Amino acid sequence: MTPPLGITFEAFTDFGFWTSVGILAGTYTIFTLGLQLNVGFTGIVNFGQAGFMAIGAYTMGILVVKYDWSFWLALPAAVLVAVAFGLLIGLPSLRLRADYFAIATIAAAEIVRITAQNARELTGGNQGLFGFDESWNGVSNSIEGWLESLGWSNPETLFPLFLVVWATALVATVLLYFMQRSPWGRVLRAVREDEDAARALGKNALVYKLQSLSIAATLGALAGFFLALNLNFLNPEEFEPLFTFIGYAVLVLGGLANYWGVAFGAIIMWTILEGTRFIDLPISAEREAAVRFMVVGLVLILLMAFRPQGVFGKKEEMVLGD
Amino acid sequence: VIGVLVVVLVIAYGVHDVAQTGLNGLSLGSVYALGAVGLTLVYGILKLVNFAHGDFLTFGAYMAFLVSVTWGAPLILGIVFAIAATAALGVAFERIMWGPMRARKAGLLQLLLMSIGLAFLLQNTIQFIWGTQIRDLDVNVTDTVEFLGLRIGRTDLLVIVVGFVTLLAIGLMLRYTLLGKRMRALSDNFDLAETAGVDTSRVVLYTWVFAGGLAGLAGVLAGAVTTVKPQMGFELLLPIFAAVILGGIGDAFGALAGGIVLGLVIEWSTLVIEPRWKISVGFAVLILVLFIRPQGIFGRARAI
Repeated sequence: MTPPLGITFEAFTDFGFWTSVGILAGTYTIFTLGLQLNVGFTGIVNFGQAGFMAIGAYTMGILVVKYDWSFWLALPAAVLVAVAFGLLIGLPSLRLRADYFAIATIAAAEIVRITAQNARELTGGNQGLFGFDESWNGVSNSIEGWLESLGWSNPETLFPLFLVVWATALVATVLLYFMQRSPWGRVLRAVREDEDAARALGKNALVYKLQSLSIAATLGALAGFFLALNLNFLNPEEFEPLFTFIGYAVLVLGGLANYWGVAFGAIIMWTILEGTRFIDLPISAEREAAVRFMVVGLVLILLMAFRPQGVFGKKEEMVLGD
Repeated sequence: VIGVLVVVLVIAYGVHDVAQTGLNGLSLGSVYALGAVGLTLVYGILKLVNFAHGDFLTFGAYMAFLVSVTWGAPLILGIVFAIAATAALGVAFERIMWGPMRARKAGLLQLLLMSIGLAFLLQNTIQFIWGTQIRDLDVNVTDTVEFLGLRIGRTDLLVIVVGFVTLLAIGLMLRYTLLGKRMRALSDNFDLAETAGVDTSRVVLYTWVFAGGLAGLAGVLAGAVTTVKPQMGFELLLPIFAAVILGGIGDAFGALAGGIVLGLVIEWSTLVIEPRWKISVGFAVLILVLFIRPQGIFGRARAI
């Protein structure tokens, strides 16, 4: 019997499908944790997260491919570059009002993307950048071997990446959760609620905001590494502002000021984005893609209109009111 | 600063090249300026950073495409229809979204994310209906007019003329008519204007009519000199933001001048650097202005 609309559910029982959705969801969990720290707990509207992801991924790729750095050395170097970029942008623009900061960060992210597109000698431009993942493939193979030794014959090639992504996402979530309960986290919230009051208590609000932005840049760079390893190549199109906005949709789905909600939002979002590829609507692929993002847009509008704190957010933590 | 820049460029590259790229800059600048006035008025009056504004431009361009290419009507009808339809779109969303949200005292981020959602919805609805193919408005882009030894496309010239006439009309309207004064009063201090007896809800509606109509026109003009595609508006949005900030956010006159200045700077930059980088010049200008003079080149230093 054919199900209505020709929906085939085989994909949803396919292990390979869930591995690839899982990697995307995990990558965007890490990506969005940075937004959660910035928007949910510090009250700064960072619209440049895709730019930090691009800087992390491209710095790593360029150092390995063009300068023959070791992959393991390139990773921390790329994180440092992303943080430096965050400070460079944040130092002057965090003094401005929230809306100006949003526009400044999205413009900075676009400069990064356009540079990646045009500095072809370095980044490969739209042709892409290849060949940075040899070291990782070695690790991936040994994890695969270990899985086989546990008695699992022929695991998915991407499953080791899945494990590492989610281990990172979990560690990041737990770390942020405990940092938020520390005195440092309480100052961040004070800055969010009332910057003047925090300053009156002798806290340097700008320094705390810069720290928050630096951590978000680090998380963005990490997400960039996983994106790069998942794709095996780098292309400027993967870093369009669209992906920052998807991060925001994940953020409000999971709920503001809630680190555990981020993973929830990311899983829902990427199951929808990837899963709907298997629904056989009688329309072209192009139109299906359009419908997917129409739905994302509608969800964002309706959530903001009727449940701005998101699914797991707390009304008392609403920073959206200012 | 602009004057010094022009002199330096003239010395380095000759009068002809500077004037030629300047003409291109004026055509680009009028699109930016038309888009920027609406964006800045909406921001000033409603405190809404409207990320869907770029997609209003796209909508206008497709409306003109529908009328003048699909239905085969003359372009002028297409332009009028695009302006009217985009204005109606602006009013419609004010009625169903922005008005009710303001009544509920929605916050800055809430409105910002809603406008992003709306941008997704508009762009992808357009993509659903017309597909991702690159279209063009059936205008002659190869014909050129020569004067004083400069070549300019007939369409570009038309864009400059239409753009400048409209910008002048808006400038006069804002300065001398009662509605224009009310708009600026609301932009300055909404509550004070309301206390002073201004019918704010009517002015808000007119603001959307203006913002939508001008965005529609800007979209058609952009579509006439380049191409029509679903992402065109979003690609124009950030330079338009740059123009708004250049002129001082919320300042309508500033946005007019900011758009023109930005168009000129971007086109002149192609004398110095490769044209493929020119779009990032717009963003660099934006960030530079935010760092050095966040109140805009004409703005007074207020609480930013």
